[in-house]
Amino acid sequence: MTETLTAAPPRDDAPRGPQARPTRRRRGQDSRWSRPRVALMVLGVVLGLLTIFPLAWMVTGSFKTAAEVNSATLLPADPTLENYRYVFTQVPFLRYMLNSLVVSATVTVLALWFHSMAAYALARLRFRGRDTIFLLIFSTLLVSLPVILIPTFVVVRTLGLVDSYAGLIVPAIFNAFGIFLLRQFYVALPAELEEAALVDGASYWRIYRSVILPLSRPILSALAVFFFLANWNSFVWPLTITSDPDLRVVQLGIATFQQQYAGDWNYVLAAATVAALPTLLIFFFFQRQIVESIKNAGFK
Amino acid sequence: MSTVVARTAGRARAGETPGAAHTTARAAQERRQRRAAFWFLLPDSLGLFVFVAVPMVLAVVLGFFRMDGFGSFQFIGLGNYVRMAGDPQFWSSVRITLLYLVGVVPAIFVVGLGLALLVQQRIPFVGAIRSALFVPYVVSLVVVAMVWEFMLSERTGVVSRLLSAFGIDDVAFLGEPSLALGTVVVITVWFQMGYYMVIFLAGLQDIPGEYYEAARIDGAGAWQRFRAITLPLLRPTSFFVVVTATVGVITGGLDLVFVLTGGGPAGSTTLLIFYVYEQAFLFGELGYAAAIGSVLVLVMLAWSALMFAVTRGGRFDND
Repeated sequence: MTETLTAAPPRDDAPRGPQARPTRRRRGQDSRWSRPRVALMVLGVVLGLLTIFPLAWMVTGSFKTAAEVNSATLLPADPTLENYRYVFTQVPFLRYMLNSLVVSATVTVLALWFHSMAAYALARLRFRGRDTIFLLIFSTLLVSLPVILIPTFVVVRTLGLVDSYAGLIVPAIFNAFGIFLLRQFYVALPAELEEAALVDGASYWRIYRSVILPLSRPILSALAVFFFLANWNSFVWPLTITSDPDLRVVQLGIATFQQQYAGDWNYVLAAATVAALPTLLIFFFFQRQIVESIKNAGFK
Repeated sequence: MSTVVARTAGRARAGETPGAAHTTARAAQERRQRRAAFWFLLPDSLGLFVFVAVPMVLAVVLGFFRMDGFGSFQFIGLGNYVRMAGDPQFWSSVRITLLYLVGVVPAIFVVGLGLALLVQQRIPFVGAIRSALFVPYVVSLVVVAMVWEFMLSERTGVVSRLLSAFGIDDVAFLGEPSLALGTVVVITVWFQMGYYMVIFLAGLQDIPGEYYEAARIDGAGAWQRFRAITLPLLRPTSFFVVVTATVGVITGGLDLVFVLTGGGPAGSTTLLIFYVYEQAFLFGELGYAAAIGSVLVLVMLAWSALMFAVTRGGRFDND
């Protein structure tokens, strides 16, 4: 029970650290708008604008005509939706997006389910060999798919999963990272939680379903956002394992599109914007979950 | 746990002698737990075995074979490893990976910490500023590569136009071998800095505010407070950042290089991980690629072991 997450749940509920809202309000507007703070704000705004500039340049460029796309002005003089119409009619872009959606959603759901089960056993059940299993899982923590790309390809080919949804989905589910984070979270939960249920003769499956899972909703939703983004953005594995255009995911779709339309930047930018849009929307709506899962990943 | 078992046992077998009931019930409980643990661990263990453990071993095994893209095998012993030792392109990719590492990790550390210190302040619009600094991280590397390729286009790109206003003409950031890797470093820092900013921010918020107040009362200046309080108390976070950034640099970057430079110009951005991919899927040398990949697997395993030892099982805090 001396694990590190012990302090985490209460801390996570508290509003973010020292600059929590009450203090902010108590000290009032004055100190926030003091001269040094305004200077820092200006610095922050400048850095922030510089950071988002490439993305803003992409989005506004996607509304420019071919003649204007290489101009040096940010906003299009003559905004057009033609690029988007072109992208969606020239290549089956909706199909790409649907493929990505199906793959990412399936991987996310299955990964969270399996990882939470494994993590529950490793954190809350006592059995011989538990520490060994945990050590084995931990040892694969840094071995990500790119590192074992070739042998994984050989395994998946041997299983006959090349050019299939299963080939896109199944190998992407398994990684130690999710198990590790969930285990850290479960280890920190107080033991009394299950005791009552155990006394009532509940099975371990019931405890997992009706005690552990509901309690892990915050961390599961944080991980869900993270897994979904990672899979929506993944490129090398789909590139390696599929050649069938019907199975093309969106990242592969835009990369292929760029190869075909090299130089037609107005079309390429529209395609890139469409591929990026879901991730940007997810960011704006689930910012808290993303930040939370990164903080948890800090092994704190 | 044992008290629960005792209580359950007491309730279930009230008639039997307490001692015997205790042990049998306990044994039954242990059996139940073992069985439950088996089923809970089954899906992930099976998956990790087939898609992680087997490939890890296979990486080493395949390294002993000559193997093409069509599945023909030929045992050649240490042939691939001997070839690796004498392959200038392999050593060049190692050198480029190390340069990339030396370029990215310190930059990410300084920029990430600097941004965290900035957005930790109570300044107006800090939420919006944080979001803006973080947002590149959620975009895919394919999109990142495209956007930068567009901005860095020679003559027509926005960067080139901006520079020509200062009298600097036609810098081929991606076309000049001496500049390409530096450009990839800058792009990497740009899209990753938000992630490390958040990690540093979490670390900073764990430092009790009283320390700073006490130091201020003692008359310590901002720099002294940073040196004497922030940096030492941030050590676990810093350690985590260096470890993750290093691993990320060695294993990541494949998507970016693939789309942005294709390893060029003149092989100047061919990272080790890209060289593996190139050998396997462009030249069909699966065995040779696996041999190079197995070196990466061993490096990652050694890193894991080191991390496990240093952090005593993934605990990055001080005590």
